[in-house]
Amino acid sequence: MDISYYLYLSAILFTIGAVGVVIRRNAIVMFMCIELMLNAANLSFVTFARINGNLEGQMVAFFTMVVAACEVVVGLAIIVMIYRSRRSASVDDASLLRR
Amino acid sequence: MSTLTILGILPLIGALIVATLGKSDARRAKLVAFATSIITALYAIVVAIGFQIDRPGFQFVESREWIPAFGITYGVGVDGLSLVMILLAVILVPIVILAGWDEAEGGRWSAKTFYILILILETMMIGVFAATDLFLFYVFFEAMLIPVYFLIGGYGSGERIQAAVKFLLYSLFGGLLMLASMIGLYVMANDQIGKTFDISALSRLEMSSTTEHLLFLGFFIAFAIKAPLWPVHTWLPDAAKSATPGTSVLLLGVLDKVGTFGMIRYCLELFPNASKTFTPFIITLAVISIIYGAFLAIGQKEIKRLIAFTSISHFGFIVMGIFAMTTQGHSGSALYMVNHGFSTAALFLVAGWMIKRRGSSLIADFGGLQRVTPVMAWSFFIAGLSGLALPGLSSFVSEILVLVGTYTRYPVAAVIGGIGIILAALYILIPVQRTLHGPTAPGNENLADLNLREKIAIAPVIALIVLLGFYPKPALDLINPVAETTIAKSGFTDPAPTVGSERR
Amino acid sequence: MESAMTLTSNTLVYFVALPLLSSALLLLLGRRADRWGHVLATTVAGATFVFGLIELFAMVGRDEYSRAVHQKVFTWISVGSFQVDAALLLDQLSICFVLLITGVGTLIHIYSIAYMADDPDRRRFFAYLNLFIAAMLLLVLGDSFLNLYVGWEGVGLASYLLIGFWNKKAEYATAAKKAFVANRVGDLGLSIAIMIAFAVFGTVTFKGIEEQAESASQAAMVAIGLMLLLAAAGKSAQFPLQSWLGDAMAGPTPVSALIHAATMVTAGVYLIVRSNFIFDNAPTAQFVVVLVGAITLIFGALIGMAKDDIKKALAASTMSQIGYMVLAAGLGPIGYAFAIMHLLTHGFFKAGMFLGAGSVMHGMNDEVNMRRYGGLARYMPITMVTFGLGYLAIIGVPPFAGFYSKDKIIEAAFNLGGTKGIIFGSLTLLGAVITAFYMTRVFMMTFLGKKRWSDGAHPHESPFLMWAPMVLLAVGSVASGFLLYSGKRLEYWLKPVVDKHGHSHEEFLSHTTVTTLALSAVAIGVAIAIMKYRGDVPTTAPENVSPLTKAARRDLLQDDFNEAVLMRPGQALTKVLVATDEKVIDGAVRVVAGAAVGSARGLRTIQSGYVRNYALLILLGVAVLIAAVWVITA
Repeated sequence: MDISYYLYLSAILFTIGAVGVVIRRNAIVMFMCIELMLNAANLSFVTFARINGNLEGQMVAFFTMVVAACEVVVGLAIIVMIYRSRRSASVDDASLLRR
Repeated sequence: MSTLTILGILPLIGALIVATLGKSDARRAKLVAFATSIITALYAIVVAIGFQIDRPGFQFVESREWIPAFGITYGVGVDGLSLVMILLAVILVPIVILAGWDEAEGGRWSAKTFYILILILETMMIGVFAATDLFLFYVFFEAMLIPVYFLIGGYGSGERIQAAVKFLLYSLFGGLLMLASMIGLYVMANDQIGKTFDISALSRLEMSSTTEHLLFLGFFIAFAIKAPLWPVHTWLPDAAKSATPGTSVLLLGVLDKVGTFGMIRYCLELFPNASKTFTPFIITLAVISIIYGAFLAIGQKEIKRLIAFTSISHFGFIVMGIFAMTTQGHSGSALYMVNHGFSTAALFLVAGWMIKRRGSSLIADFGGLQRVTPVMAWSFFIAGLSGLALPGLSSFVSEILVLVGTYTRYPVAAVIGGIGIILAALYILIPVQRTLHGPTAPGNENLADLNLREKIAIAPVIALIVLLGFYPKPALDLINPVAETTIAKSGFTDPAPTVGSERR
Repeated sequence: MESAMTLTSNTLVYFVALPLLSSALLLLLGRRADRWGHVLATTVAGATFVFGLIELFAMVGRDEYSRAVHQKVFTWISVGSFQVDAALLLDQLSICFVLLITGVGTLIHIYSIAYMADDPDRRRFFAYLNLFIAAMLLLVLGDSFLNLYVGWEGVGLASYLLIGFWNKKAEYATAAKKAFVANRVGDLGLSIAIMIAFAVFGTVTFKGIEEQAESASQAAMVAIGLMLLLAAAGKSAQFPLQSWLGDAMAGPTPVSALIHAATMVTAGVYLIVRSNFIFDNAPTAQFVVVLVGAITLIFGALIGMAKDDIKKALAASTMSQIGYMVLAAGLGPIGYAFAIMHLLTHGFFKAGMFLGAGSVMHGMNDEVNMRRYGGLARYMPITMVTFGLGYLAIIGVPPFAGFYSKDKIIEAAFNLGGTKGIIFGSLTLLGAVITAFYMTRVFMMTFLGKKRWSDGAHPHESPFLMWAPMVLLAVGSVASGFLLYSGKRLEYWLKPVVDKHGHSHEEFLSHTTVTTLALSAVAIGVAIAIMKYRGDVPTTAPENVSPLTKAARRDLLQDDFNEAVLMRPGQALTKVLVATDEKVIDGAVRVVAGAAVGSARGLRTIQSGYVRNYALLILLGVAVLIAAVWVITA
């Protein structure tokens, strides 16, 4: 199988994730979209590692996973707090920074 | 640690002690701050006594590596000029603290913070005059803004925040230009002699005239804003009006002198050729400042703004003397910086007391104080006379030196500047008449005269004004050698008397 | 030039130090010194007079060219070649002034003890008087223009304080300020003269300049001369800076006698005579001096004719008499000695008359309007006699003092020769006519005729402490002229200072002719006045008078002129500049600040607060970046 298909898949996943972040309002869904984008990037990294025949890309992928895990911890905590105080997970309601 | 470093650290130690005190303990904060400033002043006087007048160059020098990657050193040292400026600063600080004993009240933060800020400012003032490394100077030059910003914005009156922001932005703008020029100098030094910010090394750089002009302007504009010179003066009246009297004294008496001090130390030393080129232009600005400041002072209705504008006029004299490039002009200007410091201090402090008692700073709200509060009235009057450069008081010596020194090279400027003599009589005597003379104005009948603390605060200032007027030799002895070397380094000699050269 | 020898002394400084210290002491001690302040001040003034007499006798004992005494007190200002010592020089010229200042000064101190007895601030008054004496002595003793300048402004300050002594009245405070500002215009002249002198000669001492005076350029000398004249005009109330003197009468009358008649206002004459080495080398400047003197002497006389306020009439007369002195000083070596002679005699008779006026006011509840006097001779015989002797002296009746001094000035003016001589000579004669007229008017309105005062007034003779000084001054008014004139005493005395080369002049009119002319002038003036004021004098000033009288009542419109040409434009300029500062200069700054704030406000709308908007922007940004990288690398 042509190795470039992995890259196409990665691009499609990334696009789905990006569109999701832009058009959805639910924080949880946006969060999942971000994860999707991160994983799309990971897929690309691993693919490139394979193409180039070295381990650097895989290393970055692991790195990304760790960061993503941290992000999930912090992000979910924030979302839960917002949900508790507002009974809603819509990010449009939380536009407080504007003021 | 060298003497100068100790001198600079003394107020900081005081600030630390004040910081450990309880928040509500305003009284002890005052006492500690006052004691610190007195100790600093005494120590500075001891240092000054150890200064050798006839030795050229910097004394009490200390130099340590600071940021070796950029050739930045912690370098301090004083010559006669910086020594008198440091003395001016350390003498004024205790007077300011004593005079404005309750000044911190009504501030946004506690009295404790006020005195910490004042003491930090004192360290900065000593540092800025003692620095022999350009980078160190710049650091102090900019860092000084921070305590002043909080002193105006936190403890002033009226539109204090606007005034503080205006002051800060003006100064930062100038500082930015200076930073750019400084980096330019550094880059050139790096090409020619290696990484250094040492002033004496930088003054030996070779540069094309265009480069020199641009770099000169960077420094000059920064100093002109600080001084302040027309037309970049508008921050001063606002700041002086909003700040507490004590802050105004330090602001006009010492901080603004960094501008004129910088012109002598940095503009002339680093860029002698550019200074020469721009001299006619700068002298014109100075003359405009003299006349403009005087007219504006005459037109003011508010005492503190009036004093601020008289200072703009006086700074015009100082700048004119500096760029006249004669020994007399230079020594006169340097002496003027000291004298202006004391006479403005006296004016601001007494004006502050008057305003506090009356609850208004409008000249029209006063009248007949001479009979109600004779001591306060006399203090104001003598301070005013010093402001109009009455012979026998200190400002006269410096003013006549500046005029005489300027006349030998720029007669027209000196004569036009001389009109300031007449205008000075107006801008001092008009407020004197309105506030001290005439029938007692309503609301003035029960004002209290100066109390003992205030008398003790004002007495040394007035004594110095009189003493330096009759016997300016101690100050001139310190200043003269610097004036002579600066003139010689910039490639000038005093014009010889013209008699005999043009026979009838 | 004979080589003059100057002795050194170490006592001259006490002339200045004693009065200065006593003044400082009285001011610092405040109310604690109220009981004995006047005694101390008067003692000090008397001591300086005695000290002056001792110096005079010592001087007379030495030969003509070694009379001057010099003392360097300390180095005052020393910067490069600008070296000024605080140093004093007592020579034949300054001793005249020292004796006049301390002598008349002491008498006026004594007079003031009684005159100011009821004033709660008498101590402060005496402190100011001694400050004045110190400054005035420094003025005449300073050995350089800069030392003189210190005294020059010092007397200005003392005059300011004393004019405004009763500054509770707003217009008195204004009068004080006006005097100071007018003097400052003159001071500018002195400053510029000092600047030029230093640029040209490299020194500001009299001696240093005198030695090089002959080799300086004409232009420089004329410039210095004119600037000195400006200074003199400010201090001595000469045209066009004369308008402050009338208002200065707001001060207590002893002040008017001492400062605004006998001493300070004559400082301008001293300055011109002292700077003889400059004026002798600058004929153009000299001519302007004569011109200013002539204009002022007529100007002052005209004003004197119209004033009803006794002090203002005397002030106008002072102005006019100083015009005579300035004119004489402008004539050069032939005039210097006569300028000083007239100055000295004038010091006696004018101070005496002012004290007389004060005595009258003292007895008349401080009324100054002569139309409310009349017939006071019966109630105040001593005042009448002493005032009368002064009156005879000023109009120039032989053998009183003014006759000798004024006569010689008229003669010297005619001896200028040519058209100039005739014009200026005639002007001095015209001045003599008018002087005789207005002084007769003052004397008649005050002491003769019917009483015109209201019932509330109880005129009475003044106490001994007041009339004794008046008597002594009257003796001076009688005798000083003859004493100074006989045997050309003063001329020979001053010769080593003002006329080193010796001068000769042709006689244009003979001495007898001039005396005859002058005496007829006096007679005409007196006759007109007697005819006019013989009858009743209306108690209010008549309104239907000539435009000239109306103008003279308003000080010949000098105030109106100053107001229209200087004050109003100045105020307008101030207003414009204040507005400019606010609107244009600060406005420009605010426009920049406003632009920053405005653009920030515009850009803020991008920050919607919606996460998806930010995400979209980031996405677009990345897209643009990638596109940019692609374009550049491709």
